Amino acid sequence: MSKQTIVEYATRLGDDALILGHRLSEWCSNGPFLEEDIATINTSLDYIGRARMFLSYAAELEGAGRTEDDLAYTRDCRDFKNLLINELPRGDFAFTTVRQFLVDAFNLFFFEALVGSTDTQLAAIAAKSVKESRYHLRRSRDWMLRLGDGTEESHRRTQTALDDLWGYTDELFHMDPLESELLDTGVAVDRAAVRLRWEPLVTELIDAATLQLPQPYTLPGGGRQGVHTEHLGHLLAELQFVQRAYPGLQW
Amino acid sequence: MALIPVVEKTVQTNADKSVDTSVDTSLTAAGGGPAVTAEEVLRRRRRQDPDTAPLWEILDQVCDPEIPVLSIWDLGVLRDIERTGEHITVTITPTYSGCPAMTTITEDVEAALARAGFAEVSVKLTLAPAWTTDWISAAGREKMRAYGIAPPVQRSHTVACPQCGSDDTGLISEFGSTACKALYRCNQCLEPFDYFKCL
Repeated sequence: MSKQTIVEYATRLGDDALILGHRLSEWCSNGPFLEEDIATINTSLDYIGRARMFLSYAAELEGAGRTEDDLAYTRDCRDFKNLLINELPRGDFAFTTVRQFLVDAFNLFFFEALVGSTDTQLAAIAAKSVKESRYHLRRSRDWMLRLGDGTEESHRRTQTALDDLWGYTDELFHMDPLESELLDTGVAVDRAAVRLRWEPLVTELIDAATLQLPQPYTLPGGGRQGVHTEHLGHLLAELQFVQRAYPGLQW
Repeated sequence: MALIPVVEKTVQTNADKSVDTSVDTSLTAAGGGPAVTAEEVLRRRRRQDPDTAPLWEILDQVCDPEIPVLSIWDLGVLRDIERTGEHITVTITPTYSGCPAMTTITEDVEAALARAGFAEVSVKLTLAPAWTTDWISAAGREKMRAYGIAPPVQRSHTVACPQCGSDDTGLISEFGSTACKALYRCNQCLEPFDYFKCL
């Protein structure tokens, strides 16, 4: 196990958090009502904070003089290793809610497992993240129930979002050689084991929300290889604009 | 984390007589608050170290920028102070991953020590063990309540209104004005209020 593999692993987890955190931040001042606007942005802040911890660690371990900001602001699409579900446009509130529910549930189980990592810094970040994921999930679960079992329109929109997102969930559980190697040394999390906890929770909640479990289908992944949807470039254009226009700017 | 019963004497062992004893050493659960954890006992003991005791007192002036009545000691954010010759290393921990106050707190720590004549200061951020609301001192909880924020309670307890004390309250939103707070409403006096979430 080389140091570089842990750098890559931390970067992946940091990118997942950064990109979804940015998507959530797009709701700032656009939330359906004031409290929900604040709640979404608070969640965004937790995700971006988590991204900072993972990317700072990746940069420090890499030892090439780069910082968390270099990683966030100066890499291009192909260098980002986030899973595709995180970069999809925010859509309507139903889409944001369903994605958040699927990802929050995943994160809770993933970070619960990462707490036991043999890498102490990853374990420490996980210990902070797990507490936050717990209340993120509490909120997204409540909203799934309310929207799914709400009005005809909220039900229809939530079901559509669920159907559209379902094909992206498979990538959450994909293990590649790098993660398998890190799993053998106790650093990484076994995503297959996470799936065994994720599926029953998600299936049960979908049912409770009077929604239909989508027909199984899988969209091509590729996030971990830097192969993204067309949406990531647009997201980065906004996320990185200031550093692109004024390189090295600080305040 | 294991909750261990402790007696006040444990904390005071080896304490320098000149050390400020106004430090909160109340070890009983207050207002639905938790018993003192082993980690907290260690932190209070570190505070008694004669080498650094005056420095802890200096940093009692540094408050959370978002809840200015609470010091970083009360909040449990200030974890340790070490001194090697002239160099001082202060260890703090974030409450929430995305807490935007950490930069300000770092600057405030450096400024407070600089004013007291300590120029060589580094502030270290630590993540483990993860911060918990259990570390907020009993005095801190009281100050919070007086300021209008309901202090964190265990899930089985009701959140009492910090204005009128009524237990007849309801959650409006899991998320309040900052990441660490939720928004509540009192059904008795009808005032909305912030509740510091139990984490």
